[in-house]
Amino acid sequence: MNGKSSVNARSLAYIPYYLWVVLFVIAPVVLVVYYSLFDVEGNFTFANYADFFTPVYLKMTLSSFWYAFLITLFSLLIAYPAAYLLTRTKHKQLWLLLIILPTWMNLLLKTYAFIGIFGTYGPINSLLGAIGFGEQQLLFTSGSFVFVSIYIFVPFMIMPIYNALEELNVSLTDAARDLGASSWITFRRVIFPLTLSGVKSGCISVFIPALSLFMITRLIAGNKVITLGTAIEQHFLVTQDWGMGSTVAVFLIVAMAVIMFVTGGSKKGVRR
Amino acid sequence: MRKKNGISNLYLVLVFAVLYAPILYLMYYSFNSGGTMHDFEGFTFDWYKEVFADTRLIIIVINTLIIALLSSTIATIIAIFGSLAIENIRRARFKNTLLSLNNVLIVSPDVIIGASFLILFTMVGVKLGFASVLISHVAFSIPIAVLMILPRLQEMSPTLIDAARDLGASKRDVLTKVILPFIRPGIFSGFFMALTYSLDDFAVTFFVTGSGYSTLAVEIYSRARQGVSLSINALSTLIFLFTLFLVVAYYISTRRSEKRKVAEAASRVGVPE
Repeated sequence: MNGKSSVNARSLAYIPYYLWVVLFVIAPVVLVVYYSLFDVEGNFTFANYADFFTPVYLKMTLSSFWYAFLITLFSLLIAYPAAYLLTRTKHKQLWLLLIILPTWMNLLLKTYAFIGIFGTYGPINSLLGAIGFGEQQLLFTSGSFVFVSIYIFVPFMIMPIYNALEELNVSLTDAARDLGASSWITFRRVIFPLTLSGVKSGCISVFIPALSLFMITRLIAGNKVITLGTAIEQHFLVTQDWGMGSTVAVFLIVAMAVIMFVTGGSKKGVRR
Repeated sequence: MRKKNGISNLYLVLVFAVLYAPILYLMYYSFNSGGTMHDFEGFTFDWYKEVFADTRLIIIVINTLIIALLSSTIATIIAIFGSLAIENIRRARFKNTLLSLNNVLIVSPDVIIGASFLILFTMVGVKLGFASVLISHVAFSIPIAVLMILPRLQEMSPTLIDAARDLGASKRDVLTKVILPFIRPGIFSGFFMALTYSLDDFAVTFFVTGSGYSTLAVEIYSRARQGVSLSINALSTLIFLFTLFLVVAYYISTRRSEKRKVAEAASRVGVPE
């Protein structure tokens, strides 16, 4: 007899979740698209889109993609061997935890540390001075921006690759070796293709945030590097031109969707 | 073979060294009486005293903790029912759509989440401050908690529920006495992930916080933009130690639950079916 009423009670309990989907997943995207069609005065216009296709914005988009590509590439080159070697260690759970630990420290604090490290009197400059290169301007360069971003993102690249390597059946590599494949061939023909899903989700969880970073560019790169994220932040919080900010956001969303589509859907690469 | 091992160990050591160097660097200079992040002059606790004397900062730390605990609790509760809702859908297409919608916020860049929530709050008329920050944190934590709870729910055999129903359990009892205990590990890890996301967030909060309200990350950002101040170093040392404590606690608790899982499996083998 209370079967029916509890069915209703349960559907009632589902409401907050569905409400969340509508209000915080669907509505925000719709609102961003909607706002991108208005100028600062609130008039309906396509001018924002016309502006986006001017050299200033296209150059910025291109350089944003270029930096994100560099950051992803170097993160992958550093993370893959590290993940591979991690699976070969004793107490690998503990080592993995030690890789994850720094990611739980606020990103801003780590970025802040580099202000000191790359500073004019910081340790890197004293090292350069000792070798004989003399003092260099390290802070507020694009190089330091790329370095700090790689530093931040490497753990997020290591985790999915590590998981993929863990799922890899050891007997497959053993078989390859038994059949006479060299370690390089085993890697190229067996290990790498089988861990490609981990590589993909690692790349997604680095590339998309790398497009949209703005605090690192502000703190480390000065205004040398402007990413799509910096542009959005600038428009929303500094110049208050929400229309243009939304337009840049629309392109970022489109880029994101294309990346997700091309890589065939992420495997839930947790963590921005 | 030996030499190869040496090289690979060296590589790992190097990765770990680079990973931890900036954090240790921050901690080291938090004891510098010189006041800069170079040239260590002498040992001092002054910066720690400054942190504890800074009432504004203490209030912000408390704010951050309140937001984190509250938002992850609310998000976890909504996510439990969200997972049940997803699991209860029969039609595969609708289920996949809902799952994709669930994951949108996880893959979205923070800037997009922040900017779109800012538009939303302004349109609806939510005052920027505590409420907007709390709602945003709940909103971006829900999908993570769902992703932690859902696999556990899918592991659960439907026969368990059928058995409970056959034995006369009401729907409410099935939920509180069968389903919830079974997915408890998922709930805990969902809550924990939500907590770390909330504590770690900067960009979303930065967008939706008004002028009067601030969380730790936003405060650090505005202080760091003004230049180096060693009280930030002292604060980050404290935060790092706190995180370390949380991680160790989490590690021990999951180890324990894994042991329990083993015990459960063993007992299941022992019971003839």
